[in-house]
Amino acid sequence: MQVGNLVVELEELVSRIPDGASLAIPAEYSGCAAEAVRALIRRGCRNLHLIAVPTGGFMADWLIGAGCVSSVEAAAMTLGELGTPPRFSAAIREGRIRMKDSTCPAIHAGLQAAEKGIPFIPLRGILGSDLLRYRSDWKVINNPFAEGDDPIVILPAIRPDVALIHARAADRHGNVWIGVRREMMLMAHAAQATLVTVERIEDTDFLADDAMEAGTIPALYISALSVVPGGARPIGLAGAYGPDTAELAEYARAARTEEGFQRWADRTIYGKVPA
Amino acid sequence: MSSIELDGVSRAEIMIGAITRMLQGLRHVAVGASSPIPGSAALLARALSGGKLRVSLLGSRKHNAFTDGGRELFDCAAQGRIDAFFLSGGQIDGSGNINLVGLGDYPRSQVRFPGSFGSAYLYHLVPRVILFREEHSPRTLVPKVDFISAAGASPENVYRPGGPYALVTGLCVFMFDKEKRQFRLQSVHPGVTSADVREATGFDYIALETVPTTEPLSSDELTLLRTEVARQVAETYPAFAAKTWGVVESG
Repeated sequence: MQVGNLVVELEELVSRIPDGASLAIPAEYSGCAAEAVRALIRRGCRNLHLIAVPTGGFMADWLIGAGCVSSVEAAAMTLGELGTPPRFSAAIREGRIRMKDSTCPAIHAGLQAAEKGIPFIPLRGILGSDLLRYRSDWKVINNPFAEGDDPIVILPAIRPDVALIHARAADRHGNVWIGVRREMMLMAHAAQATLVTVERIEDTDFLADDAMEAGTIPALYISALSVVPGGARPIGLAGAYGPDTAELAEYARAARTEEGFQRWADRTIYGKVPA
Repeated sequence: MSSIELDGVSRAEIMIGAITRMLQGLRHVAVGASSPIPGSAALLARALSGGKLRVSLLGSRKHNAFTDGGRELFDCAAQGRIDAFFLSGGQIDGSGNINLVGLGDYPRSQVRFPGSFGSAYLYHLVPRVILFREEHSPRTLVPKVDFISAAGASPENVYRPGGPYALVTGLCVFMFDKEKRQFRLQSVHPGVTSADVREATGFDYIALETVPTTEPLSSDELTLLRTEVARQVAETYPAFAAKTWGVVESG
């Protein structure tokens, strides 16, 4: 496989996320395909089921504010020190999106079940939490291997239609290097399609290099990729560039109102010059 | 509250000191998201342990040794490899239940908090879960939470090596009594009385007639916190380190 067969323009990449798809995106300490999310919003995508792995932040809030999302599964929605994402809060208050509240390890475990091709997975904890009351898809069984009483929660596999990630580099075969951010490996294993934006393509083979190999998603799992330098801005990409804290704070302020969000989106997503 | 100084020691530093004492002798302490006070305590406890204590600070590159993605912390906890963890709550009640989801009727919470994160799981699996909440008021410490993100106690038949150990606030330290399933007032911070705590707490708790004062950090410990440890904290919590100590990251 040569990388050329996988490379597409960004617009083509996001056209592979159909309306109504379940879309997995990583938490903001991981590889955020922020520019791809902006392209997805420009495309006018609708009715996404967003799966935050395991928490959502700016990208999720942009998608919600732009009306692209009908439901969210997440362990938390957070802008870190900037608080709860404002468009998410408004959508919850007004009942415009369905929230499937989860807990971090439940999202990881659901993906791990999908990765193994098994229908469900047990997980400790959670018993007594109201999460269990509202998650009709979670069940409690008795540990079939226990001598006596041992209730344990079981969770269905999470198999996203699409995982969308951003990484530092792809090689000439389309292998994608993610380094230590291995939740992106889990996402690629679990999703039916994995779309990737990368900072650059290097004329090398990561799988031939012991130091790189362990942190590389093989091209086997990659459906398509686009070269988007700075593709994680303004959120930032560990090891490459930091967050644009002023721009992120500006978003958190602007998006407190619908109108403020719209002005922010016009400027940063639709590229409109303010009148 | 952190701006209130008591003999030159801030309320945040009193809380850090109280938490640091609870981490002595442990092997491995993990710190989750949005936890600058526990993060500072864990790094101080490590500095005082002569290298015996491991700290895994989420969000840090330098003070986090996990190499298997977001799931590793949770898998590690379930194996019993993590001795202490920290949780907070928009609301915490007298039974140790915590609410990280929102106020009002779920799901259309009128005030929505970020969400439960790993609480529903780690609260059951980590032996020493220390709750922290700087704002100590009837609004945060309530008789009953609006939503149980993670339950303080479980029936006998539930596998639960973990659970609430203590609750550290801006006013005092409570210890959790696992038998009685409620908090006991352990100490009040300098300048705070038992009556202040009673008035500011929305739930009932056990209190003896005389309650000691929270033991402050020694001046050597305080110096360590404000220099070496503060610079380590600044990597992950730059705003907190700047506000609390006027320190920026280095080394």
